[in-house]
Amino acid sequence: MPKVTYIEHNGTRHEVDVPIGLSVMRGAVDNGVPGIDADCGGECACATCHVYVDPAWLARTGAPGEMEKSMLSFAAVTQENSRLSCQIPMTAELDGLVVSMPEGQH
Amino acid sequence: MSAGVLIVGAGHAGGAMAAALRQSGYAGAITLVGAEPLPPYQRPPLSKAWLKGEAGPDDLLFRPPAFYSDKSIGLRLSTRVAAIDRTAAAVTLEDGQRLPYEHLVLATGSALRALNVPGVASTGVLELRTAADAERIKAALAPGRRLAVVGGGYVGLEVAASARSLGAQVVVIEREARLLARVASEPLSAYFARCHAGHGVEIILGASVTAFEERAGAVAGVRLADGRVIACDVAVVGIGALANDALAAAAGLECNDGIVVDERCRTSDPAIHAIGDCTRRPLPRYGRTMRLESVPNALEQAKQAAADICGRPAPKPEVPWFWSDQYDVRLQIVGLPFDVARQVVRGDANAGQFAVFHLDADNRLQAVEAVNAPGEFVAGRQWVGARQQVDPARLADTGLTVKQIIDPAAPGAAGKP
Ligand SMILES: Cc1cc2nc3c(=O)[nH]c(=O)nc-3n(C[C@H](O)[C@H](O)[C@H](O)COP(=O)(O)OP(=O)(O)OC[C@H]3O[C@@H](n4cnc5c(N)ncnc54)[C@H](O)[C@@H]3O)c2cc1C
Ligand code: FES
Repeated sequence: MPKVTYIEHNGTRHEVDVPIGLSVMRGAVDNGVPGIDADCGGECACATCHVYVDPAWLARTGAPGEMEKSMLSFAAVTQENSRLSCQIPMTAELDGLVVSMPEGQH
Repeated sequence: MSAGVLIVGAGHAGGAMAAALRQSGYAGAITLVGAEPLPPYQRPPLSKAWLKGEAGPDDLLFRPPAFYSDKSIGLRLSTRVAAIDRTAAAVTLEDGQRLPYEHLVLATGSALRALNVPGVASTGVLELRTAADAERIKAALAPGRRLAVVGGGYVGLEVAASARSLGAQVVVIEREARLLARVASEPLSAYFARCHAGHGVEIILGASVTAFEERAGAVAGVRLADGRVIACDVAVVGIGALANDALAAAAGLECNDGIVVDERCRTSDPAIHAIGDCTRRPLPRYGRTMRLESVPNALEQAKQAAADICGRPAPKPEVPWFWSDQYDVRLQIVGLPFDVARQVVRGDANAGQFAVFHLDADNRLQAVEAVNAPGEFVAGRQWVGARQQVDPARLADTGLTVKQIIDPAAPGAAGKP
């Protein structure tokens, strides 16, 4: 199964198996990885599943959609590599993906 | 080993509580007791994607079933707590069995207000709170079936929208003079009335239901106070919810339309916390207490209670927020419209993309209702939290980007957030 590494704001790393088709957000919450709130459960409505995609993976995760871009436009600490993790579905190509979390989601 | 944390109610708040305790490093026993047969699941999709058939049963679950065993969280489903014995620090289940606790967390949610009129027990008069309720509604809806929705609140309107997409004919009956009367501003109510009418929903306002007409035990119509009878094959009643605080009240905990808690979710008994829909909670941002019925509230309170039990610093306060999906309309509301001196509409309601900003007398932002306007929503969440003062004229100026409203130097093209 493809793996994703989640890095908490304090540096703690979590390597987790994420089934293909599930979102990167789901991979974190289903395994109790702290740092992703996901208030809306993956509906792109809350922007509390914000992650920074490791630059090496940006080409493979693709670009955010319009709604996601607007939601990210004001997230507390948005960067070039910011994404909403509920909008990144897991694929075989993303095996090894590394994302890190901001200090807080609210 | 100590009796650990016992959580009563395995809904959104209860599930989040168990997860938050483990995330905070709590190593003691955790037991989740829930009356429903399912492990914690998400209710929002029941009236939205799930009802329309766009989400499956696994999508509903808050966490996969293995999560609970992996995290050593005991699940006692289809099990109801009948009483709390505070002196002995134990609860009694309906079958008489007793479970001890060190910390008790009440997460009993809310129950739908009953509509006590003749005929309400007829087959086909349904309500929507649980996954089992949603199954019954889905089974009753089909192209051409006539649905009467009693109560024009968010859940009722979402059911109406989902039923239209399933091909049913829909009438919404509301007692107040407008839809969403208690939970939305007038511009928003007017927008949703037009939106539903445009999708072929008939809306009857200012009408109270006096009875359900039945034929051979099955619902055949809704009788209104003015004598009209609205024919239907199915009715869904959604006229508000009441906090499930009876268990707490019977145990002598302070209740006042909800279990009264502080900002750490403590009840009047230091060994007992309460979280989610069943509580009346402080809202420091507004200097008030209130009952909130929303997923973000359940999650925030779970984090507060978990931090308190684990002796960790309280999490950063959040601004209450809520969302609703109807047809292709995404509504996001942030903040609460208390002490509002003026409303400013940004954007064009007729174009289906606008936001209503609620300002107090000092032009501080109190709340935002954003329709297909995610940029306004996320900006609003920060501004409400920061008590940001906003210039009403700049707010209304769609020639400015959202960022430019408070920061004239911000770059960006017009119409873009
Ligand atoms: C159809 C629908 C759509 C919604 N849409 C949205 C939305 O879009 N956005 C949003 O933010 N919110 C929405 N909500 C509200 C949201 O689902 C609730 O606020 C949330 O579920 C509250 O969580 P809770 O755990 O406090 O209560 P619940 O989820 O109701 O859980 C309480 C649980 O406790 C159990 N229980 C009660 N008493 C006992 C007892 N004595 N012993 C054992 N178990 C007991 C109940 O059976 C229940 O399972 C929606 C609700 C519904 C019904
Ligand atoms: S989970 Fe809400 S936006 Fe991703």
